[in-house]
Amino acid sequence: MNKIYLDHAATTPVAPEVFKAMEPYLTQFYGNPSSIYSIAQKAAMAVSEAREKVAALIGADDEREIIFTSGGTEADNLAIKGAAMALQNKGKHIITSKIEHHAVLHTCEYLEKYLGFDITYLDVDDEGFVSPESVAEAIREDTILVTIMMANNEIGTIEPIKEIGEIVEKHDIYFHTDAVQAVGQIPVDVNELKVDLLSLSAHKFNGPKGVGALYIRKGTRIVPQISGGAQERKRRAGTENVPGIVGLGKAAEIAGEKLESKAEEVSRLRDKLIQGIEEKINEVVLNGPRGKDRLPNNVNFCFRYVEGESILLNLDMLGIAASSGSACTSGSLDPSHVLLAIGRPHETAHGSLRLTLGLDNTEEDIDYLLEVLPGIIQKLRDMSPLYEG
Amino acid sequence: MKEVYLDNSATTRPLPEVVEYMTEVLTENYGNPSSLHNKGLAAERIMKRARKAIARKLGVNPGEVYFTSGGTESNNLAIKGVASTYKNRGRHLITSKVEHASVIDTFTALEEEGYEVTYLNTDKKGLISLDELANAIRPETTLVSLIHVNNELGSINPVEKIGPLIKNINRNTFFHVDGVQSFGKILLKPADWQIDLLTISAHKIHGPKGIGALYLKKGIELKPLLHGGGQEKGLRSGTENLPGIAGFIPAVESLPDFTSTSPRYEKLDRLRDYFLNRLKETLPETVINSPEEGAPHIISLSFPGLKGEILVHSLEGEGIYVSTRSACHSRNDQKSHVLKAINLPPEYIDGTIRISLSRFNKEEEIDYTIAKLAEQIKLFF
Repeated sequence: MNKIYLDHAATTPVAPEVFKAMEPYLTQFYGNPSSIYSIAQKAAMAVSEAREKVAALIGADDEREIIFTSGGTEADNLAIKGAAMALQNKGKHIITSKIEHHAVLHTCEYLEKYLGFDITYLDVDDEGFVSPESVAEAIREDTILVTIMMANNEIGTIEPIKEIGEIVEKHDIYFHTDAVQAVGQIPVDVNELKVDLLSLSAHKFNGPKGVGALYIRKGTRIVPQISGGAQERKRRAGTENVPGIVGLGKAAEIAGEKLESKAEEVSRLRDKLIQGIEEKINEVVLNGPRGKDRLPNNVNFCFRYVEGESILLNLDMLGIAASSGSACTSGSLDPSHVLLAIGRPHETAHGSLRLTLGLDNTEEDIDYLLEVLPGIIQKLRDMSPLYEG
Repeated sequence: MKEVYLDNSATTRPLPEVVEYMTEVLTENYGNPSSLHNKGLAAERIMKRARKAIARKLGVNPGEVYFTSGGTESNNLAIKGVASTYKNRGRHLITSKVEHASVIDTFTALEEEGYEVTYLNTDKKGLISLDELANAIRPETTLVSLIHVNNELGSINPVEKIGPLIKNINRNTFFHVDGVQSFGKILLKPADWQIDLLTISAHKIHGPKGIGALYLKKGIELKPLLHGGGQEKGLRSGTENLPGIAGFIPAVESLPDFTSTSPRYEKLDRLRDYFLNRLKETLPETVINSPEEGAPHIISLSFPGLKGEILVHSLEGEGIYVSTRSACHSRNDQKSHVLKAINLPPEYIDGTIRISLSRFNKEEEIDYTIAKLAEQIKLFF
């Protein structure tokens, strides 16, 4: 049976070079980086090299602006709660959008519900774009933080972060972007984007699970969320996940080298897939924009009259791994908050299929999918009471 | 050069089986456990196995085990979680003066938020007084958090007595135990001992770094530290660290099953006795800070007049890795807060080193260490 993995937005396979880089830190240099002797110092040096590599990938001026975390979710939590706690005496208003990842949305909801913060959830247009003007209009005297994702995990919309950054910069407000889906796929430069805080996660670009990072621009105040030892310049306590961090560093290095060629190759497959689905299947709607404002690896369609989950199960039986909505909510029956925000009606929002590509996908994978998908959709539609053929 | 690693309280070498299983999970592209497809389900099975292995070792239900990024996060989650979830019941919390930095600093952060914290004193062995604890518990006390085995001294708090004591005075007071140094070394039965929350960490038991767990007794509501996708039944969001969780399994399964008749890691006890006997023969003047009935793997020694740090580096020159103290201290903690709390004189504190054993250490490594230690000491005096 074919095994085709089309769920790279959920997680990616670890690159062989990444694993190779990690291995010695599991077997040989296993010391605790906070210890003072040499085998531990080897681990500490590896952590600092990884920091430089991550800094280089996102254009940070100083590697000390990179703080390692247990992943993207922790980085988002640290950025938002950390900034909220640090600035709450100045104001308690935060601006975000309706299509953020749950790590951002639920953190904002927590601040709203339990700690008295006032959150503005900006609308997006029918392709998922946040308008920079709406950010400008939402800014108030008590606004302390704007957090807008760089690229949407469900529909691939790349937000105008640079334009928003230029607006936010004129005010004394922190700007955070959740760049978990963007880093390793499209160029990310913290100075060009004018962000103060940026979250990234290793396992979204062929690094290991369990490690991520938060970029904290020099001078940005953050209250740590995990207290304890003096690791990560007192901003994130806990013994460093050395093999994981080394893996993140290597993945960052490779991502930097392959950025252009990967984007080109993957977006070609993406466009072929989009075109093929639109040609072969009727009553489909592409979610998210087309072209350069869409993540190179993202395809997301709504198929009228069918449930996304039924499509998934049928694909899975043929060895094709895909997703409806984001992995973090795929167990839930609620329609995607992102699809609702771009104006899809409830019943359509249930019928979405997300196919996310990676370097391990080939032309043949796409051909095979385009061969089997129309039949699956037709079969499911024939079973649907809503479908009249 | 010979290499003797005697800093197993700081971290341990992952077992070959741990590395092997992690390698499989890292290289064979398992999916995201939250995904619905086959790869996601394979990942979910690993999670289940790991939860079961830990639960079995602790004598609890797999549904009571939650994965975190490590001991520090588990301690933060337990303490901040109880404090904030139950702040309407009361804002008084109890801990001791000899806790790990991740506990002490968490309480300091809570004090800044307006909570009141009682820091219990300890005796010379590093143990709290049960009377002092009993007197400290008030109607508005929501949490007692204590370390089971002290990471610098090896002293063992009698948590099996403390749980019932707390509940007798105030059944609404939750009991959290930092079991990072005790798990896998001595008997630890949270359910029998009325422990509500328990922290453990994989890299202290020859598992990987970056993964830990929290035991949370069924029925206890706890606010999460990390918000997001709702993994770990909403208690800990974030894509699961699958290789780490996989690596936890062989590490846990390799631990002995302690019982009330065999409550300690006997192999470690023998190594520790061997070390102490050789030390007493060779360097009879050495001050031993660890209590005799302490944990089987931690030995704290003082050489007054010497600088511990210098000794650590001299031993390193001989391929022997020991430490002066906890690797995870706060930067503002110049002298160990643990050694200060047991009233060790400053020149003793400065001259302290910590030896921590693993079951893989050998008697000849101990012989070598004692010989080199004696050489170094003679150089200084």
